[in-house]
Amino acid sequence: MSTLLRIRGITKAFPGTLALNDVSLEFNAGEVHALMGENGAGKSTLLNILTGSLRSDQGEILINDRLVSFRSSLEVRKGGISIVHQELGLFPELSVAENILVGQTPSRFGLLDRKRMLHIAQELLSQFQVEFGLNTLVRDLSVSQQQIVEIAKALALDAHTYIFDEPTSTLSGDDVERLFQVIRGLRKKQKAIIYVSHKFSEIFQISDRISILRDGQLVGTGLASEMDTEGIIKAMVGRTLDRIYPEKGKPGDEVLLEVSHLSAGTKCMDISFKLFRGEILGIFGLVGSGRTEIVRALTGVDRKQSGQIRLDDKEVNIRTVRDSIDLGMYYLTEDRKKQGLFLKLAIGDNVAVTHLGNIASLGMIRKQKVEEVSTGVLRDLRVKASSVSQQVGSLSGGNQQKVMVGKWLSKAPKIVILDEPTRGIDVGAKAEIHQLLRRLANEGIGVIMISSELPEIVGLSDRVMVVHKGHFTGELTGPDVNDETIMTLASGLDAHAERGVGIE
Amino acid sequence: MNEQISKASVGQAVEPAPRKKSAFARLTQVRELTIALVIILLMVILSLVSPTFLTADNLITTFLGIVMMGIISVGMTIALVSGGFDLSVGSVMSMSGVLAGMLALNGMNIWLAALIAMIASLLSGALTGWFIGKVKINPFIMTLGMQGVIQGVAYVITQGAPLSVTGMAPSFLFLGQGTLFGIPTLIWIMLVIVLIGDYLMRHAVAARKVYYIGSNENAAFLSGIAVSQVKTWIYIMTALLAGLAGVLTLSRFSVAAPTAGVGMELQAIAACIIGGASLTGGEGTVLGALLGSILVGTVNDALVLLNVSVYWQSLVTGLVLIGAVTFDVLTHWQKA
Repeated sequence: MSTLLRIRGITKAFPGTLALNDVSLEFNAGEVHALMGENGAGKSTLLNILTGSLRSDQGEILINDRLVSFRSSLEVRKGGISIVHQELGLFPELSVAENILVGQTPSRFGLLDRKRMLHIAQELLSQFQVEFGLNTLVRDLSVSQQQIVEIAKALALDAHTYIFDEPTSTLSGDDVERLFQVIRGLRKKQKAIIYVSHKFSEIFQISDRISILRDGQLVGTGLASEMDTEGIIKAMVGRTLDRIYPEKGKPGDEVLLEVSHLSAGTKCMDISFKLFRGEILGIFGLVGSGRTEIVRALTGVDRKQSGQIRLDDKEVNIRTVRDSIDLGMYYLTEDRKKQGLFLKLAIGDNVAVTHLGNIASLGMIRKQKVEEVSTGVLRDLRVKASSVSQQVGSLSGGNQQKVMVGKWLSKAPKIVILDEPTRGIDVGAKAEIHQLLRRLANEGIGVIMISSELPEIVGLSDRVMVVHKGHFTGELTGPDVNDETIMTLASGLDAHAERGVGIE
Repeated sequence: MNEQISKASVGQAVEPAPRKKSAFARLTQVRELTIALVIILLMVILSLVSPTFLTADNLITTFLGIVMMGIISVGMTIALVSGGFDLSVGSVMSMSGVLAGMLALNGMNIWLAALIAMIASLLSGALTGWFIGKVKINPFIMTLGMQGVIQGVAYVITQGAPLSVTGMAPSFLFLGQGTLFGIPTLIWIMLVIVLIGDYLMRHAVAARKVYYIGSNENAAFLSGIAVSQVKTWIYIMTALLAGLAGVLTLSRFSVAAPTAGVGMELQAIAACIIGGASLTGGEGTVLGALLGSILVGTVNDALVLLNVSVYWQSLVTGLVLIGAVTFDVLTHWQKA
């Protein structure tokens, strides 16, 4: 078996975290090589380096034993590497065929050869069972249909190495099976395949070799036939849960928030739940399940169609974000950079935005007040920054997250709702955020945490609500809060048995 | 609890090495300082080349030439900081002047006429702002459309011909033609507006909201800022200042021309951008916009002093704009 793609000693540091530390791997012809690891383990960074979006600080990439250096995705394609990205990179205004053959559109005398384009695209799509035409605009497709187009697009490139980054997160069971057939076909053609996924069943079905990353280091690699789920989890987590998560709390029975029959679109249907004072309520769901839509409807970010909300035993009317903020219920978005922070502005400005009413006199901002509040945030949350006038964009991910949390905590919250509070931040900062959330709960604040990281949900939540297709499919407490039960409910496998049971 | 956290922070936090910045790079971060230096340099060169440059008369002429641009740039700065801009300011300036002039010609008290012109400008801005803020139409499209609409109003009022307005109250003419302590009133008016504007943009809560919106509109919205309301106010401000410029132009020349403000929007945007504002929002100061206006004005003045035909003005202004933005992009590269 020959090695097609080889990486040696790849190291990459970001401010505040070492994303990859001296990672060496070999990808062989005719082999499906699975990459596993928790979120933040370094998989994405590695893929980004392989596909030219990032440059490593140290280390080398060899294709067929020849040293290569990618500076753009164009060079990567020429180098014979094709990738199915986790985040769709399609052109919504263009047709399916045009999307599949982007970058290698067949032409005659400089003009588009539509006939050949449709022919090639048809051939690629025929491997899947699709119900849309080649001339359909991509924006009119569903997410899973778009995912298939994305896969076809990657297959259109005649490469020696194909990378699949979580290709199945939006696919149905049948489509997953067809994808596996395609992958097996590639394997037969002696291509190298890199397969990234969180789903153990898939990994064992499709892969020949498994490598595991943890905190930027390669912690294990071997033949899939010689590995088992338990061993992989142990390698991925690498530490026992009780060591990294704070002790669970003892929430009382005082209801802080009661939501009844909240509905908003198809991602949030008839949602009812209670939040107790001093509790951390975890909300878990797979990508696209509606976990974010539920809290967006609750906090008035999105318009809700129906539903009652009672806060402190009083019916409240939340129509806009401001209503929610005025009631002391704060929503911290999952998209820190795009929706949460003002990256160009200073730390002080970022904190001040929630305090505009209290830090001004006669409509003028008092610098001293801003300094006071934001210095307090830096101190309480241990943000590593030179001063409150440092630009937030120049902080590390963990410190940015602390600033975002801090700007709300300094405003006396009753309830904080955090969407993916530890996404993309390093282990140390993660633990600090977890400690902080537990402290808030102990102080009597209601905490709702949405997370796609199972260990975090299991480790931190006192109670867990599981979302599937816009419905709650279960409420779990105590020993029921475990990976397996949660995943079963999140996949909708046990929905009928559980729906309604936990809600009342 | 702090102890708990410190024990927990055992992650592999790697402190990034502090980047060393050259003195040059640090200096270029204060945009206003850079432009001020360029202006001074230009003035020194001009005074060596032309002995008439550094005379009080010539400097006053230069400043008088940028008064309208300077006033409109204050509003434009606010729009640019919010991440938008206003292409209708030139039209509003024309419309406001001819409306006041037409009313005065029909016997109305000029002060009342000017007030009505300002109210008309305000309504135009409120309409623009409402469409941009509430209906969420792109500022480029909306203000381009309003540019046509309001310019059309100015043409319809005048039937295309400039109005020569006589018999306006001396108190009104004092605004555009009088002097105070030897300096034209117009320059005083511009300076007062710039100073107030600069102070408010740095300290007022309302202005801070504009910076938040320009820096990250989503985050501003989720932080509880009434984004659409603030946007409406932004375009009311740009239109009010443009309307004021139109009234002042009438007072200065005793003529209300429907073309008085043509091209003003681009000059003002150029001045603001040269002064450090960014088309992507979140950045820019009123002081920078004034300095940008002065730079453009000085360059134009230099062309006159060097006996270059006025037809070169537009070409040179364009080059200065491109040069300033290139310089800005290059210094940002250095930072990255």
